[in-house]
Amino acid sequence: MAAARRGDVTDRPLVVEIDGAEKVFENGLRALAPISLTVREREFATIIGPSGCGKSTLLKLVAGLAAPTAGSVRLWPEGAAARGSGRVAFVFQSPTLMAWADVEANVRLPLDLEGGVADRAGRVDRALSLVGLEEFRAAHPRQLSGGMQMRVSIARALVTEPSLLLMDEPFGALDEITRARLDRELADLWAREALTILFVTHSIYEAAFLSTRVLVMSSRPGRIFAKVAIDAPQPRDEAFRGSERYAGYCARLSDLLSAAADSESVK
Amino acid sequence: MSRVVLRYGAPLVVGFVVLALWQALVTAYNVPSYLVPSPALIGRTLIADWSLLSRSLAFTLEITLLALGGAVALGVALAFVFVQSRLIEESLFPYAVLLQVTPIVAIAPLIIIWVADTRVALVLCATIVAIFPIISNTTLGLRSVDPGLLDLFRLHRASRWQTLLRLRIPSALPYFFAGLRVSAGLALIGAVVAEFVAGTGGTASGLAYQILLSGLQLNVPRLFAALFLIALAGIVLSTLTAWAAKLALRHWHESEVAGEE
Repeated sequence: MAAARRGDVTDRPLVVEIDGAEKVFENGLRALAPISLTVREREFATIIGPSGCGKSTLLKLVAGLAAPTAGSVRLWPEGAAARGSGRVAFVFQSPTLMAWADVEANVRLPLDLEGGVADRAGRVDRALSLVGLEEFRAAHPRQLSGGMQMRVSIARALVTEPSLLLMDEPFGALDEITRARLDRELADLWAREALTILFVTHSIYEAAFLSTRVLVMSSRPGRIFAKVAIDAPQPRDEAFRGSERYAGYCARLSDLLSAAADSESVK
Repeated sequence: MSRVVLRYGAPLVVGFVVLALWQALVTAYNVPSYLVPSPALIGRTLIADWSLLSRSLAFTLEITLLALGGAVALGVALAFVFVQSRLIEESLFPYAVLLQVTPIVAIAPLIIIWVADTRVALVLCATIVAIFPIISNTTLGLRSVDPGLLDLFRLHRASRWQTLLRLRIPSALPYFFAGLRVSAGLALIGAVVAEFVAGTGGTASGLAYQILLSGLQLNVPRLFAALFLIALAGIVLSTLTAWAAKLALRHWHESEVAGEE
Protein backbone atom coordinates (compact mmCIF):
# COMPACT_ATOMS: atom_id res chain seq x y z
CA MET A 1 0.00 0.00 0.00
CA ALA A 2 2.83 2.34 0.87
CA ALA A 3 4.39 1.82 -2.52
CA ALA A 4 1.09 2.49 -4.25
CA ARG A 5 0.71 5.76 -2.33
CA ARG A 6 4.11 6.95 -3.32
CA GLY A 7 3.33 6.11 -6.89
CA ASP A 8 0.29 8.33 -6.60
CA VAL A 9 2.31 11.25 -5.34
CA THR A 10 4.75 11.39 -8.24
CA ASP A 11 1.86 11.46 -10.68
CA ARG A 12 0.42 14.54 -9.13
CA PRO A 13 1.11 18.04 -10.49
CA LEU A 14 4.10 19.95 -9.13
CA VAL A 15 3.25 22.78 -6.78
CA VAL A 16 6.71 23.96 -5.77
CA GLU A 17 9.86 23.42 -7.77
CA ILE A 18 13.04 24.74 -6.23
CA ASP A 19 16.04 24.39 -8.47
CA GLY A 20 19.43 25.21 -7.04
CA ALA A 21 18.08 28.13 -5.06
CA GLU A 22 20.70 29.86 -2.99
CA LYS A 23 20.47 32.77 -0.58
CA VAL A 24 23.33 35.01 0.44
CA PHE A 25 22.40 38.00 2.58
CA GLU A 26 23.76 41.47 1.97
CA ASN A 27 26.13 41.12 4.92
CA GLY A 28 27.73 38.13 3.18
CA LEU A 29 26.04 35.51 5.36
CA ARG A 30 25.31 32.42 3.31
CA ALA A 31 21.89 31.35 4.57
CA LEU A 32 21.15 28.67 1.99
CA ALA A 33 23.47 26.52 -0.08
CA PRO A 34 21.99 25.61 -3.46
CA ILE A 35 18.85 23.65 -2.63
CA SER A 36 16.62 21.65 -4.91
CA LEU A 37 13.33 20.19 -3.88
CA THR A 38 9.81 19.70 -5.13
CA VAL A 39 6.43 19.62 -3.48
CA ARG A 40 3.53 17.98 -5.23
CA GLU A 41 -0.17 18.48 -4.87
CA ARG A 42 -1.71 17.21 -1.61
CA GLU A 43 1.65 16.54 -0.02
CA PHE A 44 2.35 17.48 3.57
CA ALA A 45 6.04 18.24 3.30
CA THR A 46 7.90 19.24 6.44
CA ILE A 47 11.27 20.90 6.70
CA ILE A 48 13.01 20.13 9.96
CA GLY A 49 16.32 21.40 11.20
CA PRO A 50 18.10 23.28 13.99
CA SER A 51 17.43 26.97 14.63
CA GLY A 52 19.18 29.18 12.12
CA CYS A 53 19.51 26.54 9.40
CA GLY A 54 17.61 28.67 6.91
CA LYS A 55 14.23 26.94 7.18
CA SER A 56 12.34 30.19 7.44
CA THR A 57 14.41 31.74 4.66
CA LEU A 58 13.49 28.84 2.40
CA LEU A 59 9.82 29.34 3.18
CA LYS A 60 10.09 33.05 2.42
CA LEU A 61 11.64 32.25 -0.94
CA VAL A 62 8.68 30.02 -1.75
CA ALA A 63 6.25 32.73 -0.63
CA GLY A 64 7.98 35.27 -2.84
CA LEU A 65 8.75 37.43 0.20
CA ALA A 66 12.45 37.15 -0.62
CA ALA A 67 14.26 36.48 -3.88
CA PRO A 68 16.94 33.79 -4.27
CA THR A 69 20.48 35.03 -4.92
CA ALA A 70 20.87 32.28 -7.52
CA GLY A 71 18.73 29.45 -8.83
CA SER A 72 14.99 29.50 -9.19
CA VAL A 73 11.86 28.99 -7.17
CA ARG A 74 8.77 28.26 -9.24
CA LEU A 75 5.19 27.64 -8.23
CA TRP A 76 3.01 25.46 -10.44
CA PRO A 77 5.75 25.11 -13.08
CA GLU A 78 3.48 22.91 -15.19
CA GLY A 79 0.76 25.52 -15.48
CA ALA A 80 -1.99 26.97 -13.34
CA ALA A 81 -3.00 25.30 -10.11
CA ALA A 82 -5.54 22.62 -10.81
CA ARG A 83 -6.90 22.79 -7.31
CA GLY A 84 -8.12 25.75 -5.31
CA SER A 85 -7.60 29.41 -5.99
CA GLY A 86 -3.97 29.33 -7.11
CA ARG A 87 -3.22 31.39 -4.04
CA VAL A 88 -0.43 30.99 -1.52
CA ALA A 89 -1.13 31.48 2.17
CA PHE A 90 1.38 31.86 4.98
CA VAL A 91 1.05 31.07 8.67
CA PHE A 92 3.77 32.73 10.70
CA GLN A 93 5.54 31.69 13.89
CA SER A 94 3.43 34.08 15.92
CA PRO A 95 -0.27 34.67 15.22
CA THR A 96 0.54 38.15 13.76
CA LEU A 97 -3.03 39.34 14.13
CA MET A 98 -4.20 42.92 13.92
CA ALA A 99 -4.79 43.75 17.58
CA TRP A 100 -7.25 46.51 16.70
CA ALA A 101 -9.52 44.31 14.60
CA ASP A 102 -11.88 41.57 15.73
CA VAL A 103 -11.49 37.95 14.74
CA GLU A 104 -13.82 38.26 11.77
CA ALA A 105 -11.97 41.26 10.31
CA ASN A 106 -8.63 39.52 10.84
CA VAL A 107 -9.80 36.44 8.98
CA ARG A 108 -11.34 38.52 6.18
CA LEU A 109 -8.15 40.56 5.65
CA PRO A 110 -6.66 38.59 2.72
CA LEU A 111 -9.98 38.83 0.85
CA ASP A 112 -10.20 42.56 1.55
CA LEU A 113 -6.64 43.13 0.36
CA GLU A 114 -6.84 41.08 -2.82
CA GLY A 115 -10.39 42.02 -3.73
CA GLY A 116 -12.37 40.38 -6.48
CA VAL A 117 -13.80 37.64 -4.28
CA ALA A 118 -17.54 37.19 -4.20
CA ASP A 119 -19.30 36.03 -1.04
CA ARG A 120 -16.64 37.16 1.40
CA ALA A 121 -18.94 36.64 4.37
CA GLY A 122 -19.54 33.03 3.34
CA ARG A 123 -15.81 32.40 2.97
CA VAL A 124 -15.11 33.90 6.37
CA ASP A 125 -17.87 31.80 7.96
CA ARG A 126 -16.43 28.67 6.43
CA ALA A 127 -12.85 29.45 7.49
CA LEU A 128 -14.02 30.18 11.04
CA SER A 129 -15.98 26.96 11.21
CA LEU A 130 -12.98 24.98 9.94
CA VAL A 131 -11.03 26.05 13.02
CA GLY A 132 -14.04 26.01 15.34
CA LEU A 133 -14.10 29.72 16.13
CA GLU A 134 -17.56 30.73 14.87
CA GLU A 135 -18.56 31.91 18.31
CA PHE A 136 -15.54 34.15 18.71
CA ARG A 137 -15.93 36.21 15.56
CA ALA A 138 -16.52 39.42 17.49
CA ALA A 139 -13.69 38.89 19.97
CA HIS A 140 -10.46 40.85 19.84
CA PRO A 141 -7.18 38.91 19.69
CA ARG A 142 -6.12 39.89 23.18
CA GLN A 143 -9.18 38.18 24.60
CA LEU A 144 -8.08 34.85 23.12
CA SER A 145 -5.55 32.30 24.34
CA GLY A 146 -2.37 31.64 22.37
CA GLY A 147 -3.83 28.51 20.84
CA MET A 148 -6.99 30.29 19.75
CA GLN A 149 -5.00 33.16 18.28
CA MET A 150 -3.07 30.63 16.24
CA ARG A 151 -6.35 29.16 15.01
CA VAL A 152 -7.46 32.60 13.89
CA SER A 153 -4.18 32.85 12.02
CA ILE A 154 -4.89 29.51 10.34
CA ALA A 155 -8.44 30.56 9.48
CA ARG A 156 -7.01 33.69 7.89
CA ALA A 157 -4.73 31.50 5.78
CA LEU A 158 -7.57 29.16 4.77
CA VAL A 159 -10.00 31.93 3.84
CA THR A 160 -8.50 32.35 0.38
CA GLU A 161 -8.82 28.59 -0.20
CA PRO A 162 -5.10 28.48 -0.89
CA SER A 163 -3.57 26.00 -3.30
CA LEU A 164 -0.41 26.08 -1.22
CA LEU A 165 -0.20 26.62 2.51
CA LEU A 166 3.16 27.61 4.00
CA MET A 167 3.54 27.26 7.77
CA ASP A 168 6.59 28.51 9.66
CA GLU A 169 6.72 26.80 13.07
CA PRO A 170 3.13 27.80 13.72
CA PHE A 171 2.78 25.94 17.02
CA GLY A 172 6.30 26.50 18.35
CA ALA A 173 5.22 28.97 21.02
CA LEU A 174 2.37 26.88 22.39
CA ASP A 175 2.29 24.50 25.33
CA GLU A 176 2.66 20.79 24.61
CA ILE A 177 -1.03 19.94 25.12
CA THR A 178 -2.37 22.71 22.89
CA ARG A 179 0.26 21.91 20.34
CA ALA A 180 -0.77 18.25 20.15
CA ARG A 181 -4.41 19.24 19.72
CA LEU A 182 -3.67 21.74 16.98
CA ASP A 183 -1.44 19.18 15.24
CA ARG A 184 -4.39 16.80 15.23
CA GLU A 185 -6.72 19.47 13.89
CA LEU A 186 -4.23 20.42 11.21
CA ALA A 187 -3.86 16.77 10.12
CA ASP A 188 -7.67 16.63 9.84
CA LEU A 189 -7.85 19.86 7.88
CA TRP A 190 -5.12 18.74 5.51
CA ALA A 191 -6.98 15.51 4.77
CA ARG A 192 -10.49 16.97 4.55
CA GLU A 193 -9.58 20.05 2.54
CA ALA A 194 -7.05 18.27 0.31
CA LEU A 195 -4.44 20.91 1.11
CA THR A 196 -0.86 21.10 -0.07
CA ILE A 197 1.28 22.13 2.86
CA LEU A 198 4.94 23.04 3.25
CA PHE A 199 5.57 23.06 6.97
CA VAL A 200 8.58 24.13 9.03
CA THR A 201 9.26 22.90 12.53
CA HIS A 202 12.06 21.88 14.82
CA SER A 203 10.01 19.22 16.55
CA ILE A 204 10.68 15.73 15.22
CA TYR A 205 7.48 14.50 16.91
CA GLU A 206 5.38 17.05 15.08
CA ALA A 207 7.15 16.27 11.81
CA ALA A 208 6.63 12.53 12.14
CA PHE A 209 2.98 12.92 13.10
CA LEU A 210 1.91 15.33 10.38
CA SER A 211 4.01 14.75 7.31
CA THR A 212 3.95 12.62 4.23
CA ARG A 213 7.56 13.59 3.68
CA VAL A 214 10.22 15.15 5.91
CA LEU A 215 13.21 17.10 4.66
CA VAL A 216 16.03 17.22 7.20
CA MET A 217 18.17 20.33 6.95
CA SER A 218 21.60 21.10 8.31
CA SER A 219 22.91 24.58 8.84
CA ARG A 220 25.67 27.01 7.90
CA PRO A 221 24.90 27.12 5.09
CA GLY A 222 21.46 25.55 5.09
CA ARG A 223 21.06 22.54 2.86
CA ILE A 224 18.89 19.45 2.60
CA PHE A 225 20.66 16.66 4.44
CA ALA A 226 18.12 13.88 3.99
CA LYS A 227 14.61 13.19 2.75
CA VAL A 228 12.40 10.76 4.63
CA ALA A 229 9.02 9.52 3.44
CA ILE A 230 6.54 8.98 6.28
CA ASP A 231 4.43 6.27 4.73
CA ALA A 232 2.13 5.63 7.66
CA PRO A 233 -1.51 5.51 6.56
CA GLN A 234 -3.95 8.39 6.91
CA PRO A 235 -5.82 9.54 8.86
CA ARG A 236 -3.46 9.55 11.81
CA ASP A 237 -4.74 9.84 15.35
CA GLU A 238 -3.56 9.46 18.93
CA ALA A 239 -3.19 5.73 18.37
CA PHE A 240 -0.56 6.49 15.75
CA ARG A 241 1.32 8.60 18.26
CA GLY A 242 1.51 5.56 20.52
CA SER A 243 2.54 3.17 17.77
CA GLU A 244 5.94 1.59 17.31
CA ARG A 245 5.97 2.78 13.76
CA TYR A 246 5.71 6.39 14.91
CA ALA A 247 8.49 5.82 17.45
CA GLY A 248 10.59 4.37 14.64
CA TYR A 249 10.11 7.46 12.48
CA CYS A 250 10.96 9.71 15.41
CA ALA A 251 14.15 7.74 16.14
CA ARG A 252 15.12 7.88 12.47
CA LEU A 253 14.59 11.64 12.27
CA SER A 254 16.47 12.13 15.51
CA ASP A 255 19.44 10.15 14.16
CA LEU A 256 19.41 12.10 10.93
CA LEU A 257 19.35 15.42 12.79
CA SER A 258 22.36 14.35 14.87
CA ALA A 259 24.15 13.19 11.73
CA ALA A 260 23.35 16.52 10.10
CA ALA A 261 24.81 18.37 13.08
CA ASP A 262 27.94 16.16 12.96
CA SER A 263 28.40 16.82 9.29
CA GLU A 264 28.60 20.52 10.16
CA SER A 265 31.30 20.18 12.79
CA VAL A 266 33.40 18.10 10.37
CA LYS A 267 33.27 20.88 7.81
CA MET B 1 -14.38 50.65 44.81
CA SER B 2 -11.33 51.30 46.96
CA ARG B 3 -9.36 52.10 43.81
CA VAL B 4 -11.88 54.76 42.81
CA VAL B 5 -11.73 56.25 46.29
CA LEU B 6 -7.95 56.23 46.14
CA ARG B 7 -7.88 57.76 42.70
CA TYR B 8 -10.25 60.64 43.24
CA GLY B 9 -10.62 60.85 47.02
CA ALA B 10 -6.97 61.02 47.99
CA PRO B 11 -6.00 63.99 45.77
CA LEU B 12 -9.19 65.82 46.83
CA VAL B 13 -8.32 65.38 50.49
CA VAL B 14 -4.80 66.67 49.87
CA GLY B 15 -6.18 69.67 47.97
CA PHE B 16 -8.68 70.45 50.70
CA VAL B 17 -6.07 70.20 53.46
CA VAL B 18 -3.66 72.49 51.58
CA LEU B 19 -6.39 75.08 50.95
CA ALA B 20 -7.54 74.98 54.57
CA LEU B 21 -3.98 75.38 55.81
CA TRP B 22 -3.40 78.23 53.37
CA GLN B 23 -6.60 79.99 54.52
CA ALA B 24 -5.72 79.48 58.20
CA LEU B 25 -2.15 80.76 57.84
CA VAL B 26 -3.16 83.83 55.83
CA THR B 27 -5.85 84.68 58.41
CA ALA B 28 -3.68 83.92 61.44
CA TYR B 29 -0.70 85.97 60.29
CA ASN B 30 -2.81 88.67 58.67
CA VAL B 31 -0.90 88.42 55.38
CA PRO B 32 -1.83 91.34 53.09
CA SER B 33 -3.81 90.27 50.02
CA TYR B 34 -1.31 91.93 47.64
CA LEU B 35 1.29 89.38 48.81
CA VAL B 36 -0.68 86.19 49.29
CA PRO B 37 -4.46 86.38 48.97
CA SER B 38 -6.53 83.80 50.81
CA PRO B 39 -8.27 81.05 48.81
CA ALA B 40 -11.61 82.57 49.77
CA LEU B 41 -10.59 85.95 48.35
CA ILE B 42 -9.34 84.29 45.14
CA GLY B 43 -12.70 82.56 44.87
CA ARG B 44 -14.56 85.81 45.38
CA THR B 45 -12.35 87.53 42.77
CA LEU B 46 -13.02 84.71 40.34
CA ILE B 47 -16.75 85.37 40.68
CA ALA B 48 -16.53 89.16 40.73
CA ASP B 49 -14.20 89.36 37.70
CA TRP B 50 -15.83 86.46 35.89
CA SER B 51 -16.95 88.42 32.83
CA LEU B 52 -13.40 89.71 32.31
CA LEU B 53 -11.67 86.43 33.17
CA SER B 54 -14.03 84.23 31.19
CA ARG B 55 -13.36 86.28 28.06
CA SER B 56 -9.64 85.89 28.66
CA LEU B 57 -10.05 82.18 29.27
CA ALA B 58 -12.01 81.81 26.03
CA PHE B 59 -9.28 83.69 24.17
CA THR B 60 -6.45 81.56 25.59
CA LEU B 61 -8.40 78.37 24.98
CA GLU B 62 -9.09 79.43 21.41
CA ILE B 63 -5.37 79.99 20.77
CA THR B 64 -4.54 76.68 22.48
CA LEU B 65 -7.08 74.62 20.54
CA LEU B 66 -6.21 76.22 17.19
CA ALA B 67 -2.54 75.55 17.89
CA LEU B 68 -3.23 71.97 18.93
CA GLY B 69 -5.33 71.44 15.81
CA GLY B 70 -2.56 72.93 13.67
CA ALA B 71 0.09 70.83 15.40
CA VAL B 72 -1.95 67.65 14.87
CA ALA B 73 -2.73 68.38 11.21
CA LEU B 74 0.78 69.51 10.33
CA GLY B 75 2.57 67.03 12.57
CA VAL B 76 0.65 64.02 11.26
CA ALA B 77 1.12 65.20 7.67
CA LEU B 78 4.87 65.55 8.23
CA ALA B 79 5.03 62.12 9.86
CA PHE B 80 3.33 60.61 6.79
CA VAL B 81 5.87 62.32 4.55
CA PHE B 82 8.74 61.10 6.77
CA VAL B 83 7.73 57.45 6.59
CA GLN B 84 7.37 57.56 2.82
CA SER B 85 11.07 58.13 2.39
CA ARG B 86 14.11 57.82 4.63
CA LEU B 87 15.80 60.52 2.54
CA ILE B 88 13.09 63.05 3.34
CA GLU B 89 13.10 62.09 7.00
CA GLU B 90 16.87 62.31 7.32
CA SER B 91 16.89 65.69 5.54
CA LEU B 92 14.06 67.29 7.49
CA PHE B 93 14.07 65.70 10.93
CA PRO B 94 17.04 67.71 12.28
CA TYR B 95 15.07 70.89 11.56
CA ALA B 96 12.11 69.59 13.48
CA VAL B 97 14.51 69.00 16.37
CA LEU B 98 15.95 72.49 15.90
CA LEU B 99 12.45 73.92 16.20
CA GLN B 100 11.92 71.85 19.32
CA VAL B 101 15.10 72.85 21.15
CA THR B 102 14.95 76.58 20.39
CA PRO B 103 13.07 78.26 23.26
CA ILE B 104 9.82 79.77 22.05
CA VAL B 105 10.47 82.99 23.99
CA ALA B 106 13.45 83.52 21.70
CA ILE B 107 11.50 83.06 18.49
CA ALA B 108 8.20 84.62 19.54
CA PRO B 109 9.26 88.28 19.21
CA LEU B 110 10.28 87.64 15.59
CA ILE B 111 7.05 85.93 14.75
CA ILE B 112 5.05 88.69 16.39
CA ILE B 113 6.95 91.27 14.34
CA TRP B 114 6.60 89.33 11.09
CA VAL B 115 2.98 88.31 11.38
CA ALA B 116 0.66 91.29 11.32
CA ASP B 117 -2.31 89.58 12.94
CA THR B 118 -1.43 89.02 16.61
CA ARG B 119 -3.89 86.19 16.96
CA VAL B 120 -2.29 84.32 14.05
CA ALA B 121 1.15 85.03 15.50
CA LEU B 122 0.14 83.55 18.86
CA VAL B 123 -1.34 80.42 17.24
CA LEU B 124 1.85 80.03 15.23
CA CYS B 125 4.05 80.25 18.34
CA ALA B 126 1.94 77.74 20.25
CA THR B 127 1.88 75.41 17.25
CA ILE B 128 5.68 75.43 17.08
CA VAL B 129 5.83 74.47 20.74
CA ALA B 130 3.24 71.72 20.42
CA ILE B 131 4.16 70.07 17.14
CA PHE B 132 7.26 68.04 17.98
CA PRO B 133 5.72 65.24 20.09
CA ILE B 134 3.13 64.71 17.35
CA ILE B 135 5.76 64.44 14.62
CA SER B 136 8.15 62.19 16.50
CA ASN B 137 5.53 59.91 18.06
CA THR B 138 3.48 59.51 14.90
CA THR B 139 6.58 58.81 12.82
CA LEU B 140 7.72 56.21 15.33
CA GLY B 141 4.24 54.70 15.39
CA LEU B 142 3.93 54.50 11.62
CA ARG B 143 7.24 52.66 11.55
CA SER B 144 6.43 50.36 14.47
CA VAL B 145 4.56 47.81 12.44
CA ASP B 146 4.70 44.08 13.14
CA PRO B 147 7.10 42.79 10.43
CA GLY B 148 5.02 39.62 10.15
CA LEU B 149 1.91 41.63 9.31
CA LEU B 150 3.93 43.63 6.82
CA ASP B 151 4.96 40.34 5.15
CA LEU B 152 1.33 39.23 5.16
CA PHE B 153 0.27 42.45 3.44
CA ARG B 154 3.01 41.97 0.85
CA LEU B 155 2.03 38.36 0.30
CA HIS B 156 -1.51 39.45 -0.49
CA ARG B 157 -0.23 42.21 -2.76
CA ALA B 158 -1.58 45.07 -0.67
CA SER B 159 -1.13 48.49 -2.23
CA ARG B 160 0.84 51.20 -0.44
CA TRP B 161 -2.46 52.86 0.34
CA GLN B 162 -4.01 49.72 1.83
CA THR B 163 -0.91 49.17 3.93
CA LEU B 164 -1.06 52.72 5.22
CA LEU B 165 -4.78 52.69 5.94
CA ARG B 166 -5.19 49.20 7.34
CA LEU B 167 -1.83 48.63 8.96
CA ARG B 168 0.35 51.66 9.56
CA ILE B 169 -2.30 54.04 10.83
CA PRO B 170 -3.87 51.63 13.34
CA SER B 171 -0.40 50.60 14.54
CA ALA B 172 0.50 54.26 15.02
CA LEU B 173 -2.59 55.22 17.04
CA PRO B 174 -1.26 54.41 20.54
CA TYR B 175 1.92 56.38 19.79
CA PHE B 176 -0.09 59.26 18.33
CA PHE B 177 -2.29 59.52 21.40
CA ALA B 178 0.72 59.53 23.73
CA GLY B 179 2.08 62.42 21.64
CA LEU B 180 -1.28 64.18 21.62
CA ARG B 181 -1.43 64.22 25.41
CA VAL B 182 1.98 65.87 25.67
CA SER B 183 1.17 68.27 22.84
CA ALA B 184 -2.09 69.41 24.45
CA GLY B 185 -0.17 70.57 27.51
CA LEU B 186 2.52 72.15 25.35
CA ALA B 187 -0.05 74.02 23.24
CA LEU B 188 -1.40 75.68 26.37
CA ILE B 189 2.10 76.54 27.57
CA GLY B 190 2.93 77.87 24.11
CA ALA B 191 -0.20 80.01 24.02
CA VAL B 192 0.52 81.51 27.44
CA VAL B 193 4.23 82.12 26.76
CA ALA B 194 3.54 83.69 23.37
CA GLU B 195 0.95 85.97 24.93
CA PHE B 196 3.45 87.04 27.56
CA VAL B 197 5.95 87.91 24.86
CA ALA B 198 3.34 89.77 22.82
CA GLY B 199 2.55 91.69 26.02
CA THR B 200 0.13 94.53 25.91
CA GLY B 201 0.46 95.06 22.17
CA GLY B 202 -2.25 94.07 19.74
CA THR B 203 -5.67 92.76 20.57
CA ALA B 204 -4.31 90.31 23.12
CA SER B 205 -6.64 89.75 26.01
CA GLY B 206 -5.90 86.22 27.15
CA LEU B 207 -5.17 84.90 30.61
CA ALA B 208 -1.43 85.60 30.30
CA TYR B 209 -2.27 89.20 29.56
CA GLN B 210 -4.46 89.32 32.68
CA ILE B 211 -1.60 87.92 34.75
CA LEU B 212 0.80 90.45 33.31
CA LEU B 213 -1.57 93.36 33.92
CA SER B 214 -2.61 92.19 37.38
CA GLY B 215 1.05 91.92 38.31
CA LEU B 216 1.72 95.47 37.19
CA GLN B 217 -1.33 96.69 39.12
CA LEU B 218 -0.51 94.55 42.17
CA ASN B 219 -3.95 92.99 41.79
CA VAL B 220 -2.63 89.71 43.16
CA PRO B 221 -6.04 88.08 43.83
CA ARG B 222 -6.93 88.43 40.14
CA LEU B 223 -3.47 87.16 39.21
CA PHE B 224 -4.10 84.04 41.26
CA ALA B 225 -7.58 83.66 39.78
CA ALA B 226 -6.12 83.75 36.24
CA LEU B 227 -3.41 81.31 37.29
CA PHE B 228 -6.08 78.99 38.65
CA LEU B 229 -7.97 79.12 35.34
CA ILE B 230 -4.83 78.27 33.34
CA ALA B 231 -4.11 75.29 35.56
CA LEU B 232 -7.73 74.20 35.30
CA ALA B 233 -7.62 74.49 31.50
CA GLY B 234 -4.48 72.35 31.47
CA ILE B 235 -6.07 69.64 33.58
CA VAL B 236 -9.22 69.60 31.44
CA LEU B 237 -7.17 69.36 28.23
CA SER B 238 -5.07 66.53 29.58
CA THR B 239 -8.18 64.67 30.76
CA LEU B 240 -9.92 65.14 27.42
CA THR B 241 -6.97 63.75 25.47
CA ALA B 242 -6.76 60.82 27.86
CA TRP B 243 -10.45 60.13 27.24
CA ALA B 244 -9.97 60.35 23.49
CA ALA B 245 -7.16 57.80 23.73
CA LYS B 246 -9.31 55.54 25.87
CA LEU B 247 -12.20 55.77 23.43
CA ALA B 248 -10.01 54.90 20.47
CA LEU B 249 -7.88 52.16 22.04
CA ARG B 250 -10.04 50.60 24.75
CA HIS B 251 -10.83 47.45 22.76
CA TRP B 252 -7.35 46.43 21.99
CA HIS B 253 -4.38 48.32 23.37
CA GLU B 254 -2.80 47.22 26.62
CA SER B 255 -2.50 50.81 27.85
CA GLU B 256 -6.25 51.41 27.74
CA VAL B 257 -7.80 48.07 28.52
CA ALA B 258 -9.90 48.88 31.54
CA GLY B 259 -9.17 47.10 34.79
CA GLU B 260 -9.20 43.52 33.49
CA GLU B 261 -6.67 40.89 34.29
